[in-house]
Amino acid sequence: MTTDQSQLPDAEALINILADKLQPLLQKNTALVGIQSGGVWVMQRLLAKLAKTMATHTIEHGTLDVSFYRDDYAKRGLKPGNQPSQIAFDVENKHIILIDDVFFTGRTTRAAMNELFDYGRPASITLIALVNRGGRELPISPQITAMDLSLKPTENLQLIQLADGQLGFTLKLLTPSNHQAVSKHA
Amino acid sequence: MHNPQLYSDGQLRHLLSIEGLPKKILNQILDTAESFVGVAEREVKKVPLLRGKTVCNLFFENSTRTRTTFEIAAKRLSADVISLNVNTSSQSKGETILDTVDNLIAMHADMFVVRHAQSGAAHFIAKHVPEHIHIINAGDGRHSHPTQGLLDVFTIRKYKPDLHNLRVAIVGDILHSRVARSEIHALTTLGVPEVRVIAPKTLLPAEVEKLGVHVYHDMRAGLKDVDVIMMLRLQNERMSGAMLPSAQEYFKTYGLTQEKLILAKPDAIVLHPGPMNRGVEIDSGVADGQQSVILPQVTYGIAIRMAVMAILAGGQPSGNQS
Repeated sequence: MTTDQSQLPDAEALINILADKLQPLLQKNTALVGIQSGGVWVMQRLLAKLAKTMATHTIEHGTLDVSFYRDDYAKRGLKPGNQPSQIAFDVENKHIILIDDVFFTGRTTRAAMNELFDYGRPASITLIALVNRGGRELPISPQITAMDLSLKPTENLQLIQLADGQLGFTLKLLTPSNHQAVSKHA
Repeated sequence: MHNPQLYSDGQLRHLLSIEGLPKKILNQILDTAESFVGVAEREVKKVPLLRGKTVCNLFFENSTRTRTTFEIAAKRLSADVISLNVNTSSQSKGETILDTVDNLIAMHADMFVVRHAQSGAAHFIAKHVPEHIHIINAGDGRHSHPTQGLLDVFTIRKYKPDLHNLRVAIVGDILHSRVARSEIHALTTLGVPEVRVIAPKTLLPAEVEKLGVHVYHDMRAGLKDVDVIMMLRLQNERMSGAMLPSAQEYFKTYGLTQEKLILAKPDAIVLHPGPMNRGVEIDSGVADGQQSVILPQVTYGIAIRMAVMAILAGGQPSGNQS
């Protein structure tokens, strides 16, 4: 079931806002880590924008697929289509900027932090998200967002890749049968 | 027809043989293994997926590599692992297999990795266990060794990603080899267009062509222009009676030497499931040479076994999955 899509935020505009807010945080020892799959798209956009303004050095970055760390594995099993996590740099003592597309319950962030620590002990982790849609279930929230919303638990906001390569959002209404599944997932 | 390896919704319930598994499931296992390869290269070589689960290795037949890699795989998934060796267990006191299994289930085991000299042993146990218990066949008689078949195709895929364009030769004791059978099913299911078997008539099962392979008795003809050479171990312990003149004679005719390897494509890779009989089926120079991927096979074997366990342990009888 789909709702009116015309009111949805402009993802590309939000990425510009996020890039501006992110820039002051970057130091020499900073590395970016995108969470599959939306967080990785956002990270790639941010890297491209930051490269234009900061020609001095390339920013270390990597990706996480938190499938092996999710708290709902016992209920849902392993989804097909998971991607290898790729952290090619040394996490030890890095200031990590963890990037998600839509922040919801905080469960993905918890899984991502657990995985990150299996690579090493970072100096700090900062969570940034394109949108905080409201509804956290853990004492975790993003330090930086481009937009904050208060969506109903039955609404599912997702970042998608459009046919022209641009990023956009879709908002779907969950039916009771798939509500549990998706709310645990976001 | 009911497939004991799958739930009614098509998800994997047990891994008993490659035969009967759809391409989709094989690819799911291979793709998941891809994600597990990197885990071993991290500071902490563990993921928490099977935390709180108990995996029982039930080995009614000797094995070092397979048991060790299953054990490492389970531990890297954070499972608790118990390895039972038949010689030291109640089996030697006369307990039946099913009683052994029932007792371990009463101790809340969640998954069994079974190796047995009898073909069909893992199927037999799988038929008996309750729905939440998962069985992995780690080799049963001459029948099947599915994780070996999977790790072999995984290794091939790593070096030769386009499976649809490959010529693969399996060389040696096909008759006694559960590995060969699993490899053949895996390769043909995944769309490898040409699978050859190279062996003397005495070491080929009857009607082997029905598995979709091309039969060669001459090593030189069989190896010509292949991309992948999968050597098999000469299974001395399975051989009753004299099927072969001697090990030296065998090496001369079917052993993989550098000068026979030249007949294959220049970038051909050489696999062997281990343990190797150097100087019997494979020359030391080839086993340790540039084209050998025998040790990567062992490494990838852990990732494959992690993938199988992770998929099985997360599987649910259909309807329970939200």
